Amino acid sequence: MNSFRKPRAAALTALVGSSILATILPSYAVAQDPRPPIVPADTLMKPVSAAKLPSADGFLQRWMILEPIPANALTQKAVKEEVKKEYFRDQFTVIPHDGDKVNVGGAELTWHAEDTKNYNFDLYQFARALGKDTSNVLFWVVAIVDSPQEMQNVRLAIGSNAASVWWLNGQEVIGIYGDRQTVIDDGVSRRLTLKKGSNVIRAAVVNGGGATDFCARLLGADDKPLKNITLRLSEGGK
Amino acid sequence: MRPTTSRLEKLVFVATVIVSSIAFALDGQIGIHDPSTIVECDGKYYTWGTGGTGLVSDDGWTWRRGATLPRRGLAPDVIHLGDRYYVYVAANTGGQPHAAINMISSKTLDPDSPDYKWEEGGVVASSNGVEESNAIDPGLFHDPTTGRLWLTYGSYFGYIRLVELNPKNGKRLNPNVPPRNIAINGEASDMMYHDGWYYLLDTHGSCCRGADSGYNIRMGRSKTVTGPYLDHDGKDMLLGGGKQLIGSGGRYIGPGHFGLLDLGDGVQKFSMHWESDLERGGASVLDIRPLLWKDGWPVAGENAKQGTYEIESVNTATAIELDVEGVPVGGRQTRGPRPPGAPRPGGAGPGAGGPGSGGGGLFAGTGAPIPPQEAAQVSMNWPAGDINLRMGNYLCQAQQKWTITPVPNAGGYLGSPYFKITIAGTDRVLAASEDAELVVVPSFTGGPEQLWRLDELADGSWRIMPKALPHSMQVLALSAIGSSFATLEKFNPKSDKQRWLLKTP
Repeated sequence: MNSFRKPRAAALTALVGSSILATILPSYAVAQDPRPPIVPADTLMKPVSAAKLPSADGFLQRWMILEPIPANALTQKAVKEEVKKEYFRDQFTVIPHDGDKVNVGGAELTWHAEDTKNYNFDLYQFARALGKDTSNVLFWVVAIVDSPQEMQNVRLAIGSNAASVWWLNGQEVIGIYGDRQTVIDDGVSRRLTLKKGSNVIRAAVVNGGGATDFCARLLGADDKPLKNITLRLSEGGK
Repeated sequence: MRPTTSRLEKLVFVATVIVSSIAFALDGQIGIHDPSTIVECDGKYYTWGTGGTGLVSDDGWTWRRGATLPRRGLAPDVIHLGDRYYVYVAANTGGQPHAAINMISSKTLDPDSPDYKWEEGGVVASSNGVEESNAIDPGLFHDPTTGRLWLTYGSYFGYIRLVELNPKNGKRLNPNVPPRNIAINGEASDMMYHDGWYYLLDTHGSCCRGADSGYNIRMGRSKTVTGPYLDHDGKDMLLGGGKQLIGSGGRYIGPGHFGLLDLGDGVQKFSMHWESDLERGGASVLDIRPLLWKDGWPVAGENAKQGTYEIESVNTATAIELDVEGVPVGGRQTRGPRPPGAPRPGGAGPGAGGPGSGGGGLFAGTGAPIPPQEAAQVSMNWPAGDINLRMGNYLCQAQQKWTITPVPNAGGYLGSPYFKITIAGTDRVLAASEDAELVVVPSFTGGPEQLWRLDELADGSWRIMPKALPHSMQVLALSAIGSSFATLEKFNPKSDKQRWLLKTP
């Protein structure tokens, strides 16, 4: 939701209708949000190693992403209801692997293991590269974080475009709602404990239209990013 | 400018008991004149005034009469050095300005302690009745940069003077070195150091005339402790200059006798008296105010006041709010095109104006004022029990407006009572949780986790701290972590995370 084109024009369109908008605001280009052309995602790459460290600023750059599910929600109530739906079996517990497939409403969707070159993960690029919808969609994302020891007073810190709900090891820890852009450390969890070994971060990111992305990192007790953790492709370091 | 009769004679009435109230100039028995700098000893706060009046407080908010000093006189000052408390008390030894300042010291200020024993230290400064000075109103200053101890004194008859004392025993150092004149036309001088500058504060105007007292605290600064002390206009205090720190205002008249209270972590306050508290029948009373800094000069701050506020993070510019679905003020508007012939909002006839003219369309509004959003309009959709706290962009919504209310009989801290912080128009109250996080609970119980301390910081922002966490001794402050979440963390004076603005919604 971070372009002028999408939020303003789309919102205006929703409010007054495109024909009237064209009358009262002729200088505004009215976006139709068609499915974008298929273009490779130049910020993403397939993992080439079993383990990956966070970035210098602690951002988690390895994720399992499920192809987008149609969804239409941004407000707090609507997003909470949207993420409670069971889209596929074991959606709150499954540890996906690259290429795993699930059936959602009769459509077969695939999990993709991806590394991002940036602090954020560009879901718009991800979906566009697959020829999938980028607007009015929900993305399920999963990261496996391996901790060398139990760590207390850790916080998960995220930003997302747009709304998102986050879980750590099955516990809901963050929800941010509404039409918003990705801001580093926008949503921050209460103090959490990372288990020794594998920890599962899971999120549902809901987008209304246009650009969509997220970022995430873990903060230590001193509010500084954790770097002594490892991102893996599966539980148990496999 | 100087009262014609002695303050001691005129101010005996001050010893009368002041009725307790929840007004904003302290609570309890706060009648005093010319208070010494407030000092802490074994968890209690002490001050003494002219005539021997002693006040003591367990928390800095509620005061009671305390022990008198073995030496009574005019406008004492107190300083804690090493393992002793040094008290300097002046007395006229003849007709003014014939006076002397005596020092006494004790290991403790607590009369119940076996170490409570005052020892005479002798005269540290005097005036002979002829020279251009009146050796009363001592003010002590321990230079943090050099460790040297200084005494300023004087009252209207001539100059404010400066002499050096021995920090090891509080006595006069080099008595043969003549005092240095550093200001004129004032009294009740004191000094402090801040960021490379020495500040000399003294009180100008007339005292002891109740609501007709022109007392006000003024100041100058210098790069060296011995002066010259110039005000913001470059006027030398030795020539009568002085930038005002605080004058009369509100229901209080005649501030005087500055005393610095440095609480650490960059939090400073100052003690003083008002010549006349109109809420207390015009009595002279003790007060404590925040000390702020702006452009290199101290500024008198305000203690927290009851009211409804947006509480906004300095760090993120987002405001604390209930974790509930917000409703736009005025309700969610679905503004489609007007039916043909319908009047425009605001009454303009159809056809008038156009985009950008304010005459109608998407940006024209409803055509009538939208009233403020009250909690009663939207709270039916809020959960009945505990609600988490978060932060968000301030949109004038009910879950973002907080009423700060002093809590009677719940104690307080230096200068203020504890407050409760509720969502305006509701009983829902902000509370610290056991895990050092925040929650909004349905109603106020009076528990320490629901009592809040608000200290105005040097930049005018606020530090907000719970009185206590459940089952914890941690001292923590409301802290913005990320844009959308608040927690409790140790106060870091170098960070904006624990700085908050109280904005009128």
